[in-house]
Amino acid sequence: MKQAIIDLAYLVSAILFIFGLKRLQSPATARHGNQLAALGMFVAVAATLFMQEILTPAQMLLGVVVGGGIGAIMARRVQMTGMPELVAAFNGFGGIASTLVAGAEIAHILAIGSGSLGAVTAVTIALSMLIGTVTFTGSFVAFGKLSERISGNPISFPGMRPMTLLLVVAVLGGTTWMVMGAPDFPAVADPVVIGAIVVAGAALLLGVLLVIPIGGADMPVVVALLNSYSGLAAAATGFVLDNTVLIVSGALVGASGLILTNIMCVAMNRSLLNVLIGGFGGDSGAKSASAGAGGDMGSVNSTTADDVAIMLAYASKVIFVPGYGMAVAQAQHAVRELADELEKKGVDVKFAVHPVAGRMPGHMNVLLAEANVSYDKLFEMDEINGEFDTTDVAVVIGANDVVNPAARHDKSSPIYGMPILNVDHAATSIVLKRSMRPGYAGIANELFYNSNNQMLFGDAKESIAKVVTEVKAL
Amino acid sequence: MIENLIIFVLASFIGREVISKVPQTLHTPLMSGSNAVSGITIVGALVVAGMVGDPWAMWIGVAALIFATINVVGGFLVTDRMLQMFKKKEQ
Repeated sequence: MKQAIIDLAYLVSAILFIFGLKRLQSPATARHGNQLAALGMFVAVAATLFMQEILTPAQMLLGVVVGGGIGAIMARRVQMTGMPELVAAFNGFGGIASTLVAGAEIAHILAIGSGSLGAVTAVTIALSMLIGTVTFTGSFVAFGKLSERISGNPISFPGMRPMTLLLVVAVLGGTTWMVMGAPDFPAVADPVVIGAIVVAGAALLLGVLLVIPIGGADMPVVVALLNSYSGLAAAATGFVLDNTVLIVSGALVGASGLILTNIMCVAMNRSLLNVLIGGFGGDSGAKSASAGAGGDMGSVNSTTADDVAIMLAYASKVIFVPGYGMAVAQAQHAVRELADELEKKGVDVKFAVHPVAGRMPGHMNVLLAEANVSYDKLFEMDEINGEFDTTDVAVVIGANDVVNPAARHDKSSPIYGMPILNVDHAATSIVLKRSMRPGYAGIANELFYNSNNQMLFGDAKESIAKVVTEVKAL
Repeated sequence: MIENLIIFVLASFIGREVISKVPQTLHTPLMSGSNAVSGITIVGALVVAGMVGDPWAMWIGVAALIFATINVVGGFLVTDRMLQMFKKKEQ
């Protein structure tokens, strides 16, 4: 009876999760959807607390208060530009929780001294520990790269591939050990316990090795993939504990992360395998690119804030193209102010957001929403690409590779085939940039050398602020 | 076990159906929100930490509980913070 009530409560929370995610399909209902999902979590936790025989309420309370406090502080303090690393960190916490739950299950069976561990359960414990731990260390390496605590460059060292292989072998070996030892567990504890430690230890290093070779430009893919892993880790834990709500929720999140991963890969025209093998993109860029940037591509037109202001104020249609540079310069508020001023003058203003702009999926949209840009002004690549032909001025703020026309025709370019925003189809394009340094992919941008393109050099926030002042004065 | 596998596969399909319709604008809140949902491990942590008076199992469980709660509470709060910024302005 008791179990039936718990199971029904879990069913209710699974339904709430699904409806909550469904409401995320529109910005108008999304907030409510998130609240539904939170309610679902509350139902699951309440049912577990009230219905299971919880023997140690004091420790439970301690755990919830400490964890809840830390989570709330982190959620409140984070800047919107720092969202990718926060999500990476939360992913990591979810991952380690899965590993620990699987570990506690072993300790629990060991403690009661009876019961048994089937071969299948041994495999699910190993899986839960593997995915959970890889998610944990992988996420914190991603966190380090995103918050620039460690270099955004792809890192590799001699012997890395063999070492990765060795670790995979160790995981398989540890798992086999656990499966072999499972029938005699808990009477003979060592094979399972040591096997589990081997799996977790190897996974710890594996998570690091899987993320360090991946360059800064590919971080959106990695964050999405780790998101998926955190779901799979929860699902694996559900298999260990035979707990339906964990399996359902984990599967939902796993699917979500995979979909986002796929969208990111398609938007970069790269396969997931290609991203994971890594070595693509980083702060310093490729050597050939720096040669190209200064060399054989002709000269660039440089412009001033006054000229830009005049051009924008007398245009009938302007499209802004934000990129990660806008986030770095914290220019989103200035950009919104400029958009407002232009609209007052009767200019049709839109924003075009490339799927991989920023450091995580949808990053630019959150920053612009924070700056009070109405969400019906934000357009996805496919919606807006046809409109550049009828646009007077396209303003590129801190975006680079996603507007490089070389992706369309230059077969030798590393970004060849990547879908781009057709900024070069606008009558005039203006690129705000600090310098001629190439973007994350380390490739010179053909757009900059077009005759109808003008560069506005300097800090994006200051430049835009100057343009705003000029527009106001007109 | 097979039952669980069936549930897992069917839930994955539901996830795919529901989530592939989420617009790009909401991908960041989708990630942080679904991330909070993956903190459902909190239920597992409660179960293992509360089951028996064994100190090892309990303290590992409490550690798991702390991490999972950070994930859940932080995830939902930050998602809410983001979503309340998504407004449509009347022209």
